[in-house]
Amino acid sequence: MAWKLPAPDHLREVTTLSQSAQRLTSQQLLLNGIVHSYGNARAVDDVTLEVKAGELVALLGPSGCGKTTLLRIVAGFIRQASGQVVIGDRAVDDLPPNLREVGIVFQNYALFPHMTVAENIAYGLVARGVGKAEQRARVAEMLATVRMEGFADRKPRQLSGGQQQRIALARALAVQPRILLLDEPFAALDKNLRLDMQIEIKRLQRQFGLTAILVTHDQEEAMSIADRIAVMNGGRIEQLGTPVAIYDEPATPFVNSFIGSSNILDGIVADGGIRLSVGAVLPCNAPNRPQGKPVQVSIRPEQLMLVREAAPDRFPVTLTLSLPIGGQLIHDVAASNGTTLKIATARHPGDTSSLPGIWHCALTPEARPSIFPLSTQ
Amino acid sequence: MRAAAVDWRLAAPLGIVYLALFAAPLLLLLGISLHADQDLQQWGLDNWTKFWSDAFYRGVVWDTLRLGVAAVLATSLFAWPLAVFFCNASPRTQKILIFIILLPLLTSVVIRTFAWIVILAREGLVNQVVLSLGLSATPLRLLQTETGLILALMQIEMPLMLLPLISVMRGLDPNLLDASRALGAGMWRSFFRVILPLSLPGWIAGATLVFASACTAFISQSVIGGARLVYLPSLIWQQAMVVYDWPFAAVCSVTLLLTVLAGIMMLNWLGRYARTD
Repeated sequence: MAWKLPAPDHLREVTTLSQSAQRLTSQQLLLNGIVHSYGNARAVDDVTLEVKAGELVALLGPSGCGKTTLLRIVAGFIRQASGQVVIGDRAVDDLPPNLREVGIVFQNYALFPHMTVAENIAYGLVARGVGKAEQRARVAEMLATVRMEGFADRKPRQLSGGQQQRIALARALAVQPRILLLDEPFAALDKNLRLDMQIEIKRLQRQFGLTAILVTHDQEEAMSIADRIAVMNGGRIEQLGTPVAIYDEPATPFVNSFIGSSNILDGIVADGGIRLSVGAVLPCNAPNRPQGKPVQVSIRPEQLMLVREAAPDRFPVTLTLSLPIGGQLIHDVAASNGTTLKIATARHPGDTSSLPGIWHCALTPEARPSIFPLSTQ
Repeated sequence: MRAAAVDWRLAAPLGIVYLALFAAPLLLLLGISLHADQDLQQWGLDNWTKFWSDAFYRGVVWDTLRLGVAAVLATSLFAWPLAVFFCNASPRTQKILIFIILLPLLTSVVIRTFAWIVILAREGLVNQVVLSLGLSATPLRLLQTETGLILALMQIEMPLMLLPLISVMRGLDPNLLDASRALGAGMWRSFFRVILPLSLPGWIAGATLVFASACTAFISQSVIGGARLVYLPSLIWQQAMVVYDWPFAAVCSVTLLLTVLAGIMMLNWLGRYARTD
């Protein structure tokens, strides 16, 4: 008593120009004012997000920020309290998961343990009533796509984590979903394999022009493969932008602290800049900030440098430790009021440390510190 | 070598108890069944031939096995949906459900069997409802019928089926069901292709328990089945305690033991094909 689905348009062999255009719009995803609560706890709080066809958007945030709930709403496993999920040009809110044409890859892969690799990949095709011959062809094609030819008759338990991940991906892609959902797909892999799989997924996403949503709490993962990142906190999207924009121009203190590391300095808006409590005036223009307003200034470690000469826009620091980490030297310094900062400078071959003692801390010429009003903290 | 010696001694106490209280009586039973006369003076297979050449006794064996299979089918039919519901319920609902599920085990066999008489009798609960709804003009005959007995056994033995089934099903990765649905399978296909095969080990454990206890449920069989329905346990009781034909009662007992064992072995054999990993 299974649902028999006709093969979707984009499954057919012939692709005319108009059909490929149709495919583009049919792969858009629009989330419109999604709200969902568990009891009294609001898990997703008025999220609106547009994912363009062929785009990979990462939902990035700490655990409990609502990113997984949002993913499950898109898949249809959870019915949102209010708001709309639109795939292509059709609201899918009333469709059960099996009719949404959404592929999902889970953190634990969720391969069917009692089926072979080939049966796993064919599962969605069988459910859609695809013929036996086409099933076999598609399974072979998918195995080739994820470079797992020759594994068709293995059981999932006979595969390594990375191999299971590839099969899970092949299974999700075999039915040519309109949207691919990736739920922390790399979390269970060890570090080296993780990078390989990230490259693999990015490659497949590009190759097939997949519209994809990646849920992750790992900023490096999001940075490396997402076209855009939606940083989530407390059920809301705090900032949506390209990885570079999110890193360089964090919109909120939360995004600033969640993405990358940064030094937070207290200051007050003064003539022509910000007077820092560590004893320097930053000559940056803080637009629309009234005089005397307390602010927090966030400066990335690589936007600071250590110099010998004092100046009004520099402040004295005591260098205690320098750690050579790869191509960088990480300096641990303390300002006169006790604030500790991290400074990252390029390490020249042979450098192992800088001389401990009194230095002056200055901004690099290209530094663009982020300024946040204190009241939001 | 040393480890093997220690292992042997650790198993010895239970082994001795087992030999004395289980294996020895069984051998005794087998010995009695091989006697030709009621005074146990003459050896012979007379009682075995008497049992197996009589269509009535063969019918009793067949009915007993059929009762076991029917109880397994009836409990499975209700246990699987209930187990699915249980696994998707909130922790609070699960607590209430587990109490309801365990309830038959917490009541004495005699009491719950007599409770079924009240429910199934001519003027019982079921008939009152059936008559008042106009579903039947005359009261249904439920007592002393196989249907009534299966109904009662189903309730009494439901926990034996449900508990193993639930414990296996709870161990299943919930993502498997989600994965199946996202791949385009509806609820029915997801159940038959994913949940059912993966919960088969629990079902086999439950089916073994239900089959064995339904075949040997002496009290339910004799109280609800009455004198009209004869199964092996009541035949054994009758031959041993009323007729005092111990060799024949022993033949019935060994037959019951072997047939139930055969059923269990068949389920085990099925279990080897249900390996899920």
